[in-house]
Amino acid sequence: MSTIKSDLRYSAEHEWIDTAETGPATVGVSAVATDALGDVVYVSLPEVGDTITAGESCGEVESTKSVSDLYAPVTGEVTEINQDAIDNPGILNEDPYGAGWLFKVDVASEGPLLSAEEYAQKNGIDG
Amino acid sequence: MTKQTALYAEHELLGASFTDFGGWQMPLKYRSELEEHHTVRRAAGLFDLSHMGEVWVTGPQAAEFLNYALVGNLAAIAVGKAKYSLICTEDGGVIDDLIVYRRADDRYLVVPNASNADTVAAALQERAVNFDVAVEDESENTALIAVQGPAAEAILLDIAAESSRQLITELKYYAAVEVELVGMQVLLARTGYTGEDGFELFIGNTGAVQLWKAVAAAGAQHQIAPCGLASRDSLRLEAGMPLYGNELGLDTNPFEAGLGGVVSLKKPDNFVGRSVLEPLKEATLERKLVGLQGGGRRSARAGYNVVVDGAVVGTVTSGLPSPTLGYPVAMAYVNTALAEPGTEVQVDLRGKPEPFTVVATPFYRRKK
Repeated sequence: MSTIKSDLRYSAEHEWIDTAETGPATVGVSAVATDALGDVVYVSLPEVGDTITAGESCGEVESTKSVSDLYAPVTGEVTEINQDAIDNPGILNEDPYGAGWLFKVDVASEGPLLSAEEYAQKNGIDG
Repeated sequence: MTKQTALYAEHELLGASFTDFGGWQMPLKYRSELEEHHTVRRAAGLFDLSHMGEVWVTGPQAAEFLNYALVGNLAAIAVGKAKYSLICTEDGGVIDDLIVYRRADDRYLVVPNASNADTVAAALQERAVNFDVAVEDESENTALIAVQGPAAEAILLDIAAESSRQLITELKYYAAVEVELVGMQVLLARTGYTGEDGFELFIGNTGAVQLWKAVAAAGAQHQIAPCGLASRDSLRLEAGMPLYGNELGLDTNPFEAGLGGVVSLKKPDNFVGRSVLEPLKEATLERKLVGLQGGGRRSARAGYNVVVDGAVVGTVTSGLPSPTLGYPVAMAYVNTALAEPGTEVQVDLRGKPEPFTVVATPFYRRKK
Protein backbone atom coordinates (compact mmCIF):
# COMPACT_ATOMS: atom_id res chain seq x y z
CA MET A 1 0.00 0.00 0.00
CA SER A 2 1.39 3.36 -0.87
CA THR A 3 1.41 5.52 2.22
CA ILE A 4 0.77 8.75 0.36
CA LYS A 5 -1.96 9.22 -2.21
CA SER A 6 -0.81 11.31 -5.12
CA ASP A 7 -4.06 13.09 -6.00
CA LEU A 8 -4.59 14.65 -2.55
CA ARG A 9 -3.10 17.62 -0.73
CA TYR A 10 -1.82 17.52 2.83
CA SER A 11 -1.28 19.68 5.88
CA ALA A 12 2.04 19.56 7.72
CA GLU A 13 0.05 18.05 10.62
CA HIS A 14 -0.84 14.99 8.49
CA GLU A 15 -4.40 15.72 7.44
CA TRP A 16 -5.27 15.06 3.83
CA ILE A 17 -7.85 17.05 1.89
CA ASP A 18 -9.59 16.22 -1.35
CA THR A 19 -10.80 19.31 -3.18
CA ALA A 20 -11.15 17.64 -6.57
CA GLU A 21 -14.93 17.42 -6.56
CA THR A 22 -17.14 20.48 -6.73
CA GLY A 23 -18.86 21.10 -3.41
CA PRO A 24 -17.47 20.38 0.05
CA ALA A 25 -13.93 19.01 0.40
CA THR A 26 -13.26 15.71 2.18
CA VAL A 27 -10.75 15.55 5.04
CA GLY A 28 -8.98 12.62 6.70
CA VAL A 29 -5.63 11.76 8.25
CA SER A 30 -2.77 10.32 6.23
CA ALA A 31 -1.43 6.79 6.44
CA VAL A 32 1.86 8.31 7.61
CA ALA A 33 0.01 9.54 10.70
CA THR A 34 -2.09 6.43 11.34
CA ASP A 35 1.00 4.21 10.96
CA ALA A 36 2.83 6.32 13.53
CA LEU A 37 -0.13 6.40 15.91
CA GLY A 38 -0.86 2.69 15.76
CA ASP A 39 -4.34 1.23 16.06
CA VAL A 40 -6.82 4.06 16.31
CA VAL A 41 -9.41 3.37 19.01
CA TYR A 42 -11.12 6.73 19.42
CA VAL A 43 -11.89 9.62 17.13
CA SER A 44 -13.54 12.87 18.08
CA LEU A 45 -14.75 15.09 15.26
CA PRO A 46 -16.25 18.55 14.90
CA GLU A 47 -20.03 18.67 14.59
CA VAL A 48 -21.98 19.38 11.45
CA GLY A 49 -22.48 23.16 11.30
CA ASP A 50 -19.28 23.94 13.22
CA THR A 51 -16.94 26.44 11.67
CA ILE A 52 -13.38 25.20 11.79
CA THR A 53 -10.31 27.36 11.39
CA ALA A 54 -7.24 26.37 9.41
CA GLY A 55 -4.37 25.36 11.69
CA GLU A 56 -6.54 25.00 14.78
CA SER A 57 -7.48 21.80 16.55
CA CYS A 58 -10.92 20.50 15.58
CA GLY A 59 -10.82 17.01 17.09
CA GLU A 60 -8.65 14.15 18.32
CA VAL A 61 -7.35 10.85 17.09
CA GLU A 62 -6.36 8.42 19.83
CA SER A 63 -4.58 5.06 19.79
CA THR A 64 -3.54 2.80 22.65
CA LYS A 65 -0.09 4.36 22.43
CA SER A 66 -0.84 8.05 22.09
CA VAL A 67 -3.23 10.80 21.16
CA SER A 68 -2.90 13.57 18.64
CA ASP A 69 -4.94 16.60 17.77
CA LEU A 70 -6.80 16.75 14.52
CA TYR A 71 -5.97 20.08 12.87
CA ALA A 72 -8.23 21.80 10.39
CA PRO A 73 -6.41 22.04 7.05
CA VAL A 74 -8.83 24.74 5.88
CA THR A 75 -11.30 27.26 7.26
CA GLY A 76 -14.97 26.59 6.62
CA GLU A 77 -18.21 25.02 7.77
CA VAL A 78 -18.47 21.30 8.44
CA THR A 79 -21.24 19.81 6.30
CA GLU A 80 -20.97 16.12 7.08
CA ILE A 81 -19.09 13.80 9.41
CA ASN A 82 -18.22 10.12 8.98
CA GLN A 83 -20.16 8.33 11.73
CA ASP A 84 -18.45 5.06 10.70
CA ALA A 85 -15.09 6.48 11.72
CA ILE A 86 -16.48 7.26 15.19
CA ASP A 87 -18.18 3.87 15.56
CA ASN A 88 -15.32 1.86 14.09
CA PRO A 89 -12.09 3.88 14.39
CA GLY A 90 -10.03 0.94 13.07
CA ILE A 91 -11.01 1.98 9.55
CA LEU A 92 -8.57 4.88 9.87
CA ASN A 93 -5.79 2.28 9.83
CA GLU A 94 -7.40 -0.01 7.28
CA ASP A 95 -8.41 2.58 4.73
CA PRO A 96 -7.22 6.06 5.73
CA TYR A 97 -7.89 7.58 2.30
CA GLY A 98 -11.21 5.85 1.68
CA ALA A 99 -13.66 4.49 4.26
CA GLY A 100 -11.62 6.20 6.99
CA TRP A 101 -12.41 9.75 5.82
CA LEU A 102 -13.42 12.04 8.71
CA PHE A 103 -15.53 15.00 7.64
CA LYS A 104 -16.57 17.23 4.76
CA VAL A 105 -16.11 20.96 4.86
CA ASP A 106 -17.35 23.87 2.79
CA VAL A 107 -14.02 25.60 2.20
CA ALA A 108 -13.97 29.35 2.82
CA SER A 109 -10.18 29.64 2.74
CA GLU A 110 -7.29 27.24 2.67
CA GLY A 111 -4.48 26.97 5.18
CA PRO A 112 -0.98 26.14 3.98
CA LEU A 113 -1.30 22.87 2.06
CA LEU A 114 1.37 20.63 0.58
CA SER A 115 1.28 18.64 -2.63
CA ALA A 116 1.66 14.88 -2.29
CA GLU A 117 5.24 15.25 -3.50
CA GLU A 118 6.07 17.95 -0.95
CA TYR A 119 4.39 16.00 1.83
CA ALA A 120 6.31 12.84 0.90
CA GLN A 121 9.57 14.74 0.86
CA LYS A 122 8.85 16.35 4.22
CA ASN A 123 8.27 12.90 5.74
CA GLY A 124 11.27 11.27 4.11
CA ILE A 125 9.22 9.01 1.84
CA ASP A 126 10.18 8.31 -1.75
CA GLY A 127 7.28 9.23 -4.01
CA MET B 1 24.52 3.28 19.01
CA THR B 2 21.52 1.21 20.03
CA LYS B 3 22.04 -2.48 20.69
CA GLN B 4 20.32 -5.32 18.88
CA THR B 5 19.23 -8.58 20.46
CA ALA B 6 20.17 -11.99 19.07
CA LEU B 7 16.67 -12.10 17.56
CA TYR B 8 16.88 -8.84 15.63
CA ALA B 9 17.02 -10.51 12.21
CA GLU B 10 13.95 -12.59 13.07
CA HIS B 11 12.03 -9.45 13.94
CA GLU B 12 13.04 -7.85 10.64
CA LEU B 13 11.84 -10.93 8.75
CA LEU B 14 8.54 -10.70 10.60
CA GLY B 15 8.14 -7.08 9.52
CA ALA B 16 8.45 -5.52 12.96
CA SER B 17 8.52 -1.79 13.48
CA PHE B 18 11.22 -0.97 15.98
CA THR B 19 11.62 1.43 18.85
CA ASP B 20 14.55 2.43 21.00
CA PHE B 21 13.96 1.13 24.50
CA GLY B 22 16.61 1.28 27.20
CA GLY B 23 19.34 1.58 24.57
CA TRP B 24 18.07 -1.40 22.57
CA GLN B 25 16.32 -1.56 19.22
CA MET B 26 13.23 -3.55 20.14
CA PRO B 27 10.10 -4.57 18.25
CA LEU B 28 7.31 -2.12 19.01
CA LYS B 29 4.80 -4.22 17.09
CA TYR B 30 4.71 -6.60 14.17
CA ARG B 31 1.27 -5.85 12.80
CA SER B 32 -1.56 -4.44 14.91
CA GLU B 33 -0.68 -3.84 18.57
CA LEU B 34 -4.37 -4.23 19.48
CA GLU B 35 -4.49 -7.62 17.80
CA GLU B 36 -1.28 -8.59 19.61
CA HIS B 37 -2.86 -7.56 22.91
CA HIS B 38 -6.00 -9.62 22.30
CA THR B 39 -3.93 -12.60 21.12
CA VAL B 40 -2.13 -12.74 24.48
CA ARG B 41 -5.44 -12.64 26.38
CA ARG B 42 -7.03 -15.24 24.10
CA ALA B 43 -4.19 -17.56 22.97
CA ALA B 44 -0.51 -16.72 23.40
CA GLY B 45 2.06 -14.09 22.54
CA LEU B 46 5.76 -14.49 21.86
CA PHE B 47 7.97 -11.65 23.13
CA ASP B 48 11.68 -10.93 22.81
CA LEU B 49 12.76 -9.53 26.17
CA SER B 50 16.49 -9.99 25.62
CA HIS B 51 17.02 -6.34 26.50
CA MET B 52 16.30 -7.17 30.14
CA GLY B 53 19.35 -7.62 32.35
CA GLU B 54 20.68 -10.86 33.82
CA VAL B 55 23.06 -10.47 36.73
CA TRP B 56 24.29 -13.56 38.56
CA VAL B 57 25.25 -13.39 42.21
CA THR B 58 27.29 -16.37 43.40
CA GLY B 59 29.18 -17.19 46.57
CA PRO B 60 28.89 -18.35 50.16
CA GLN B 61 27.45 -14.96 51.21
CA ALA B 62 25.07 -14.56 48.25
CA ALA B 63 21.93 -14.59 50.41
CA GLU B 64 23.35 -12.23 53.03
CA PHE B 65 24.62 -9.92 50.32
CA LEU B 66 21.27 -9.65 48.53
CA ASN B 67 19.57 -9.00 51.86
CA TYR B 68 21.90 -6.03 52.23
CA ALA B 69 21.69 -4.83 48.61
CA LEU B 70 17.92 -5.21 48.08
CA VAL B 71 14.91 -4.33 50.23
CA GLY B 72 13.35 -7.81 50.37
CA ASN B 73 14.22 -10.94 52.29
CA LEU B 74 15.97 -12.90 49.57
CA ALA B 75 17.61 -15.27 52.05
CA ALA B 76 14.14 -16.62 52.74
CA ILE B 77 13.42 -17.74 49.15
CA ALA B 78 13.59 -21.48 48.62
CA VAL B 79 15.87 -22.76 45.88
CA GLY B 80 13.83 -22.87 42.67
CA LYS B 81 11.57 -19.99 43.68
CA ALA B 82 11.58 -16.33 42.69
CA LYS B 83 10.69 -13.06 44.35
CA TYR B 84 9.79 -9.58 43.12
CA SER B 85 12.07 -7.03 44.78
CA LEU B 86 13.44 -3.50 44.67
CA ILE B 87 16.88 -1.98 44.82
CA CYS B 88 16.82 1.38 46.57
CA THR B 89 19.21 4.25 47.22
CA GLU B 90 20.31 5.26 50.73
CA ASP B 91 17.49 7.84 50.48
CA GLY B 92 14.89 5.15 49.86
CA GLY B 93 14.33 6.06 46.20
CA VAL B 94 13.79 3.19 43.80
CA ILE B 95 16.76 2.42 41.52
CA ASP B 96 14.88 -0.43 39.89
CA ASP B 97 12.31 -3.14 40.40
CA LEU B 98 13.55 -6.62 39.62
CA ILE B 99 12.91 -10.33 39.89
CA VAL B 100 15.34 -12.46 41.88
CA TYR B 101 15.54 -16.20 41.20
CA ARG B 102 17.25 -18.49 43.69
CA ARG B 103 19.03 -21.17 41.67
CA ALA B 104 21.08 -22.72 44.50
CA ASP B 105 21.85 -21.99 48.14
CA ASP B 106 24.76 -19.84 46.99
CA ARG B 107 23.54 -18.69 43.57
CA TYR B 108 20.91 -16.16 42.47
CA LEU B 109 19.84 -14.62 39.18
CA VAL B 110 18.81 -10.97 39.37
CA VAL B 111 16.75 -9.62 36.45
CA PRO B 112 16.60 -5.82 36.23
CA ASN B 113 14.89 -3.68 33.60
CA ALA B 114 16.74 -3.00 30.35
CA SER B 115 17.12 0.70 30.99
CA ASN B 116 18.59 0.06 34.44
CA ALA B 117 20.64 -3.08 33.80
CA ASP B 118 23.99 -1.28 33.83
CA THR B 119 23.09 0.81 36.87
CA VAL B 120 21.87 -2.21 38.81
CA ALA B 121 24.94 -4.29 37.90
CA ALA B 122 27.19 -1.42 39.00
CA ALA B 123 25.27 -0.87 42.24
CA LEU B 124 25.45 -4.57 43.05
CA GLN B 125 29.21 -4.60 42.35
CA GLU B 126 29.69 -1.59 44.59
CA ARG B 127 27.58 -3.03 47.41
CA ALA B 128 29.39 -6.38 47.20
CA VAL B 129 32.80 -5.16 48.38
CA ASN B 130 32.48 -6.50 51.92
CA PHE B 131 30.85 -9.79 50.93
CA ASP B 132 32.26 -13.07 49.70
CA VAL B 133 30.31 -13.04 46.41
CA ALA B 134 30.90 -12.67 42.70
CA VAL B 135 28.59 -10.39 40.72
CA GLU B 136 28.56 -11.23 37.02
CA ASP B 137 26.62 -9.22 34.48
CA GLU B 138 25.59 -11.68 31.76
CA SER B 139 23.03 -9.35 30.15
CA GLU B 140 24.83 -9.06 26.82
CA ASN B 141 25.18 -12.83 26.44
CA THR B 142 21.69 -13.86 27.50
CA ALA B 143 18.48 -13.93 25.50
CA LEU B 144 15.08 -13.86 27.16
CA ILE B 145 11.95 -15.02 25.37
CA ALA B 146 8.50 -14.77 26.94
CA VAL B 147 5.55 -16.97 26.03
CA GLN B 148 2.46 -15.45 27.59
CA GLY B 149 -1.19 -16.40 27.44
CA PRO B 150 -3.58 -19.24 28.22
CA ALA B 151 -2.01 -21.49 25.55
CA ALA B 152 1.56 -20.93 26.79
CA GLU B 153 1.87 -24.18 28.73
CA ALA B 154 0.48 -26.32 25.90
CA ILE B 155 2.91 -24.74 23.44
CA LEU B 156 5.95 -25.40 25.62
CA LEU B 157 4.85 -28.98 26.24
CA ASP B 158 4.88 -29.49 22.47
CA ILE B 159 8.62 -28.72 22.30
CA ALA B 160 9.68 -30.15 25.67
CA ALA B 161 11.72 -33.31 26.15
CA GLU B 162 9.70 -36.12 27.73
CA SER B 163 11.73 -35.76 30.94
CA SER B 164 10.84 -32.04 31.19
CA ARG B 165 7.09 -32.27 30.68
CA GLN B 166 6.15 -32.85 34.29
CA LEU B 167 8.55 -30.14 35.45
CA ILE B 168 6.63 -27.69 33.26
CA THR B 169 3.10 -28.72 34.27
CA GLU B 170 4.05 -28.65 37.96
CA LEU B 171 5.96 -25.37 37.81
CA LYS B 172 4.36 -22.83 40.15
CA TYR B 173 3.97 -19.09 39.59
CA TYR B 174 7.19 -17.26 40.51
CA ALA B 175 9.31 -20.39 40.27
CA ALA B 176 11.93 -21.52 37.75
CA VAL B 177 13.43 -24.79 36.59
CA GLU B 178 16.01 -26.04 34.08
CA VAL B 179 14.24 -27.86 31.26
CA GLU B 180 15.13 -29.27 27.87
CA LEU B 181 13.33 -27.66 24.92
CA VAL B 182 14.16 -28.66 21.33
CA GLY B 183 17.32 -30.29 22.61
CA MET B 184 18.56 -27.20 24.46
CA GLN B 185 18.90 -26.44 28.16
CA VAL B 186 16.62 -23.53 29.04
CA LEU B 187 15.99 -21.84 32.37
CA LEU B 188 12.20 -21.69 32.40
CA ALA B 189 10.40 -19.32 34.78
CA ARG B 190 6.67 -19.06 35.33
CA THR B 191 6.64 -15.28 35.46
CA GLY B 192 5.41 -12.50 33.26
CA TYR B 193 4.22 -8.96 32.80
CA THR B 194 0.88 -9.46 31.09
CA GLY B 195 -1.60 -10.67 33.71
CA GLU B 196 -1.86 -14.04 31.97
CA ASP B 197 -0.34 -17.40 32.75
CA GLY B 198 2.99 -17.58 30.99
CA PHE B 199 6.67 -18.29 30.99
CA GLU B 200 9.97 -16.52 30.57
CA LEU B 201 12.76 -18.51 28.93
CA PHE B 202 16.41 -17.68 29.58
CA ILE B 203 18.90 -19.02 27.07
CA GLY B 204 22.36 -18.08 25.81
CA ASN B 205 22.35 -15.84 22.73
CA THR B 206 23.55 -18.68 20.51
CA GLY B 207 20.39 -20.73 21.06
CA ALA B 208 17.95 -17.84 20.87
CA VAL B 209 16.95 -18.04 17.21
CA GLN B 210 16.40 -21.80 17.31
CA LEU B 211 14.27 -21.53 20.45
CA TRP B 212 12.26 -18.58 19.09
CA LYS B 213 11.52 -20.45 15.85
CA ALA B 214 10.59 -23.63 17.68
CA VAL B 215 8.12 -21.81 19.94
CA ALA B 216 6.64 -19.97 16.96
CA ALA B 217 6.26 -23.18 14.97
CA ALA B 218 4.74 -25.16 17.83
CA GLY B 219 2.53 -22.23 18.70
CA ALA B 220 1.06 -21.89 15.22
CA GLN B 221 -1.73 -24.36 15.91
CA HIS B 222 -2.47 -22.44 19.14
CA GLN B 223 -2.68 -19.10 17.29
CA ILE B 224 0.50 -17.71 18.85
CA ALA B 225 1.67 -14.37 17.47
CA PRO B 226 4.87 -12.39 17.96
CA CYS B 227 4.15 -9.35 20.13
CA GLY B 228 6.02 -6.09 20.61
CA LEU B 229 6.52 -3.60 23.39
CA ALA B 230 3.34 -1.66 22.55
CA SER B 231 1.10 -4.57 23.54
CA ARG B 232 3.40 -5.44 26.43
CA ASP B 233 2.68 -1.99 27.85
CA SER B 234 -1.11 -2.18 27.45
CA LEU B 235 -1.13 -5.71 28.91
CA ARG B 236 0.92 -4.80 31.97
CA LEU B 237 -1.16 -1.70 32.65
CA GLU B 238 -4.42 -3.68 32.58
CA ALA B 239 -2.74 -6.08 35.02
CA GLY B 240 -1.91 -3.12 37.29
CA MET B 241 1.84 -3.73 37.11
CA PRO B 242 4.20 -0.78 37.55
CA LEU B 243 6.66 0.28 34.86
CA TYR B 244 9.97 1.72 35.98
CA GLY B 245 10.24 5.30 34.75
CA ASN B 246 6.46 5.74 34.97
CA GLU B 247 5.20 4.47 38.34
CA LEU B 248 8.64 3.94 39.89
CA GLY B 249 11.75 6.10 39.99
CA LEU B 250 14.40 7.63 42.19
CA ASP B 251 11.81 10.15 43.40
CA THR B 252 9.28 7.51 44.48
CA ASN B 253 9.43 5.42 47.62
CA PRO B 254 8.11 1.86 47.79
CA PHE B 255 5.29 2.67 50.21
CA GLU B 256 3.60 5.33 48.11
CA ALA B 257 3.94 2.98 45.12
CA GLY B 258 1.91 0.38 47.03
CA LEU B 259 4.98 -1.86 47.32
CA GLY B 260 5.40 -1.66 51.09
CA GLY B 261 4.97 -5.41 51.24
CA VAL B 262 8.12 -5.86 49.18
CA VAL B 263 10.20 -4.07 51.85
CA SER B 264 11.16 -6.55 54.55
CA LEU B 265 11.56 -4.74 57.84
CA LYS B 266 11.38 -8.06 59.65
CA LYS B 267 14.67 -9.28 58.23
CA PRO B 268 17.45 -8.70 60.76
CA ASP B 269 19.89 -7.41 58.17
CA ASN B 270 20.68 -3.80 57.60
CA PHE B 271 19.98 -2.95 53.96
CA VAL B 272 20.63 0.03 51.75
CA GLY B 273 17.79 2.50 52.36
CA ARG B 274 16.59 0.91 55.59
CA SER B 275 17.17 3.95 57.84
CA VAL B 276 14.95 6.09 55.59
CA LEU B 277 12.37 3.44 54.70
CA GLU B 278 11.73 2.08 58.20
CA PRO B 279 10.14 5.27 59.60
CA LEU B 280 8.14 5.72 56.37
CA LYS B 281 6.19 2.56 57.08
CA GLU B 282 4.35 4.23 59.95
CA ALA B 283 4.39 7.73 58.51
CA THR B 284 1.42 9.31 56.76
CA LEU B 285 2.13 9.27 53.06
CA GLU B 286 1.65 12.45 51.08
CA ARG B 287 0.55 10.61 47.98
CA LYS B 288 -0.36 7.14 46.83
CA LEU B 289 -0.38 5.29 43.56
CA VAL B 290 -3.95 4.48 42.52
CA GLY B 291 -5.86 3.06 39.60
CA LEU B 292 -8.20 5.34 37.66
CA GLN B 293 -11.10 4.32 35.47
CA GLY B 294 -12.31 6.79 32.88
CA GLY B 295 -15.97 7.72 32.61
CA GLY B 296 -15.71 8.89 29.01
CA ARG B 297 -13.86 7.65 25.98
CA ARG B 298 -10.83 9.96 26.20
CA SER B 299 -7.80 8.53 27.96
CA ALA B 300 -5.50 10.01 30.54
CA ARG B 301 -1.83 9.92 29.58
CA ALA B 302 1.43 9.99 31.52
CA GLY B 303 2.15 13.46 32.87
CA TYR B 304 -1.43 14.77 32.86
CA ASN B 305 -2.74 16.44 35.99
CA VAL B 306 -5.36 14.88 38.24
CA VAL B 307 -7.64 17.68 39.45
CA VAL B 308 -10.49 18.21 41.90
CA ASP B 309 -12.46 21.48 41.74
CA GLY B 310 -9.77 22.94 39.52
CA ALA B 311 -6.94 22.21 41.96
CA VAL B 312 -4.13 19.83 41.01
CA VAL B 313 -4.22 16.79 43.32
CA GLY B 314 -2.01 14.36 41.46
CA THR B 315 -0.25 13.23 38.31
CA VAL B 316 -1.00 10.43 35.88
CA THR B 317 1.92 7.99 35.44
CA SER B 318 0.48 5.71 32.73
CA GLY B 319 -2.79 5.65 30.86
CA LEU B 320 -4.45 4.32 27.77
CA PRO B 321 -7.75 3.01 26.42
CA SER B 322 -7.89 -0.55 27.77
CA PRO B 323 -8.20 -2.92 24.81
CA THR B 324 -9.74 -5.68 26.94
CA LEU B 325 -12.10 -3.60 29.05
CA GLY B 326 -13.08 -0.99 26.49
CA TYR B 327 -12.70 2.05 28.73
CA PRO B 328 -9.76 4.28 29.70
CA VAL B 329 -7.54 3.06 32.51
CA ALA B 330 -4.67 4.86 34.17
CA MET B 331 -2.38 4.87 37.15
CA ALA B 332 -1.68 8.07 39.02
CA TYR B 333 -0.12 9.42 42.17
CA VAL B 334 -2.81 11.33 44.08
CA ASN B 335 -3.01 13.02 47.47
CA THR B 336 -3.53 10.31 50.08
CA ALA B 337 -6.91 11.76 51.10
CA LEU B 338 -8.20 10.97 47.59
CA ALA B 339 -6.76 7.46 47.27
CA GLU B 340 -9.82 5.48 48.42
CA PRO B 341 -11.54 3.45 45.69
CA GLY B 342 -14.76 5.14 44.67
CA THR B 343 -13.34 8.67 44.94
CA GLU B 344 -14.37 10.85 42.00
CA VAL B 345 -11.65 12.97 40.43
CA GLN B 346 -11.00 14.55 37.08
CA VAL B 347 -8.05 14.39 34.75
CA ASP B 348 -7.13 17.44 32.73
CA LEU B 349 -7.06 16.06 29.20
CA ARG B 350 -5.34 18.80 27.28
CA GLY B 351 -7.42 21.58 28.80
CA LYS B 352 -10.69 19.65 29.06
CA PRO B 353 -11.33 17.89 32.41
CA GLU B 354 -12.87 14.43 32.16
CA PRO B 355 -14.32 12.36 35.02
CA PHE B 356 -12.31 9.46 36.43
CA THR B 357 -12.96 7.20 39.41
CA VAL B 358 -10.32 5.80 41.75
CA VAL B 359 -10.50 1.99 41.51
CA ALA B 360 -8.57 -0.93 42.94
CA THR B 361 -5.99 -2.55 40.67
CA PRO B 362 -5.52 -4.79 38.76
CA PHE B 363 -8.03 -3.46 36.26
CA TYR B 364 -8.06 -6.87 34.60
CA ARG B 365 -7.82 -10.24 36.34
CA ARG B 366 -7.77 -13.44 34.33
CA LYS B 367 -10.29 -16.17 35.05
CA LYS B 368 -8.64 -19.10 36.78
